[in-house]
Amino acid sequence: MRFISEFRRSELAEGLISQIHRKSRTPARFMEFCGGHTVTIFRYGIRQVLPQTIDMVSGPGCPICVTANADLDKAIALSRIPDIIITTFGDMLKVPGSRSSLQQVKADGAEVHTVYSTMDALKIAEDNPDKSVVFLGIGFETTAPTIAASILQAVEKGIGNYYVLSLHKLCPPVIRALLDSGEVKLDGLICPGHVSAIIGSHPWEFIARDYGIPCVVSGFEPLDILQCVDMLIAQVENGESRVEIAYRRGVRPEGNQQAMRLMEQVFEPSPAQWRGMGEIPDSGLKLREKYQRFDAELAFDIEPGPTSEPVGCICGDILRGVRTPADCRLFGKACIPENPIGPCMVSSEGSCSAYYLYGGSFEG
Amino acid sequence: MKDKILLAHGSGGKLAHELVEKSFVKALANPLLAKLDDSAVFDFSGRLAFTTDSYVVSPIFFPGGDIGKLAVCGTVNDLAMSGAKPLYLSLSFIIEEGLPQSELEQIVDSVQKAAGEAGVEIITGDTKVVHRGSADKLFINTAGVGIIPEGIDISGDRARPGDKVILSGTIGDHGIAVISQREGMSFSTKLESDCAPLGDLVAEMVNASPNIHCLRDPTRGGLATSLNELAKQSGVSIRIEEEKISVREEVLAACEMLGFDPLHVANEGKLVAIVPDGDADKVLKAMRKNKYGKSAAIIGEVRAEKPGRVVMKTVLGASRIVDMLVGDLLPRIC
Repeated sequence: MRFISEFRRSELAEGLISQIHRKSRTPARFMEFCGGHTVTIFRYGIRQVLPQTIDMVSGPGCPICVTANADLDKAIALSRIPDIIITTFGDMLKVPGSRSSLQQVKADGAEVHTVYSTMDALKIAEDNPDKSVVFLGIGFETTAPTIAASILQAVEKGIGNYYVLSLHKLCPPVIRALLDSGEVKLDGLICPGHVSAIIGSHPWEFIARDYGIPCVVSGFEPLDILQCVDMLIAQVENGESRVEIAYRRGVRPEGNQQAMRLMEQVFEPSPAQWRGMGEIPDSGLKLREKYQRFDAELAFDIEPGPTSEPVGCICGDILRGVRTPADCRLFGKACIPENPIGPCMVSSEGSCSAYYLYGGSFEG
Repeated sequence: MKDKILLAHGSGGKLAHELVEKSFVKALANPLLAKLDDSAVFDFSGRLAFTTDSYVVSPIFFPGGDIGKLAVCGTVNDLAMSGAKPLYLSLSFIIEEGLPQSELEQIVDSVQKAAGEAGVEIITGDTKVVHRGSADKLFINTAGVGIIPEGIDISGDRARPGDKVILSGTIGDHGIAVISQREGMSFSTKLESDCAPLGDLVAEMVNASPNIHCLRDPTRGGLATSLNELAKQSGVSIRIEEEKISVREEVLAACEMLGFDPLHVANEGKLVAIVPDGDADKVLKAMRKNKYGKSAAIIGEVRAEKPGRVVMKTVLGASRIVDMLVGDLLPRIC
């Protein structure tokens, strides 16, 4: 089977699109939580082919974007400490903190390495025994298990110079916070695909049950999203709210138990700071006591200085789904991918970047 | 110690001479190079195309090629994109000390093979060896000259509304083949780089129609960047159709995993041509006869409105902007 092109076939898409148009009667607003879905939606122009009844809004599911400036400043302050090597996923480099960015401190001489996996970071620690190697633990439930695995491997191999700055975020708690705020009214949620591959579909049940909002887990191909929207519309039209999976090839209801066990072994829930949303209880992960010696925040004296937000940037509002990039006066003018002011323009999964690169509401 | 390149190999002394004569002159044999004068001297008449490029690819060996083949094909292709028949190249090595001599020999061997296929001669060169850490194994610079046939005027500013856009084959093969080998990345794929000299393909295209307006090889930055450059240079817009652009399933899968857009991924053996509507079929037919243009296809057309913009009709029938790549391609987190 051709796993990608099968999900991009235009004749199948055409059928689904007309089915959606036939089915949709009730005006409904759906949020795609995940930045990966935002990219697919813009890259294939999905908003353009949906009926007028369906209003799509992007959510906070971009791990780079939701990292608070205060946390980013900690990473930058860490990189300035002599003999520390910062290892991070690439996108983080360009995100402006309160006063600088990792890219900037790297140019000033700090050792900042881009890695593709936590195991690379661990290898750098092994190869540089006279330095301290800090991995920036950014990401959702998707990356946390691999970071847990790296810590367990550091224990096993006796690597004493490896640390993690745990800025992990958990998805279900932020959705709860978003819905509780009442700022944005939703009639359906496109649940993240990769996150659900780890945690399964059960953790979304509360949304359908307590808030009466239909939930469908989606894959990342255009046909996945169309199928997901079709399933959400069916629930809306039938007055139902359930959790369904439109991404059976990637997600089982129970998730990936092994990855979950790894994560639970090393981490425990903690409050976390979200850009635009402030502190949300139990929405982050901190190292359990047994693994605290790997905690970069405890191991080093970090002095990030006062935090400030870029003037005029509305990334926080965009992440909550209450405003769109088009509402931002910096968007496409002062804030462009070459010179990003807010994180949503930096990350390839950020809403502003997707709007800018693929033309947003552009028709033509 | 004989099996590694030493700083002394670049010193201009005995070891350097030995390296040049044994490794380079012998392998790349031609009378102009063998003279070993300070410069190569040759006659020419007509319009000359001249270009240079530096190659710093990592890793230096990748599926389907190596830095040597790339250094020849890249420069040959830049000449060909002006419609020129590539003739001569220069070849400069900047070697990090400690490079195994066997690897250097292997690379010189690929230079020779690629030059042979492209029908060009390496007529001058240079070797420097730098301290460990000052280079990443091996950097190569090549410059090249070629002759432009009478009546050919190919330039990025000549695209006109109504012209057709032709792509010579699948996109993204080189970029994904290279990244699959990168440290810490290594995912297994049977994919090979498309690295190839396109001089003959271009000669056959020009033969089929001397009216070709633009040629470009979509290397770094991919097809998206080349099309944007052409649209801006010519002051036109370009509309392409996603369904007409062929991408291998392996490339699609890797791009999906890494969060890349195949339109931004590098190619080293592909070209995009902008051709007057009336000549498009002739050119396409000629391309399909060449092994490097077998799956050539018309992927779009040039329009007058909104100059500088590249728009793609997606497989869903919607439209979206195709922008240039900004910065590096970075794998996604989530």
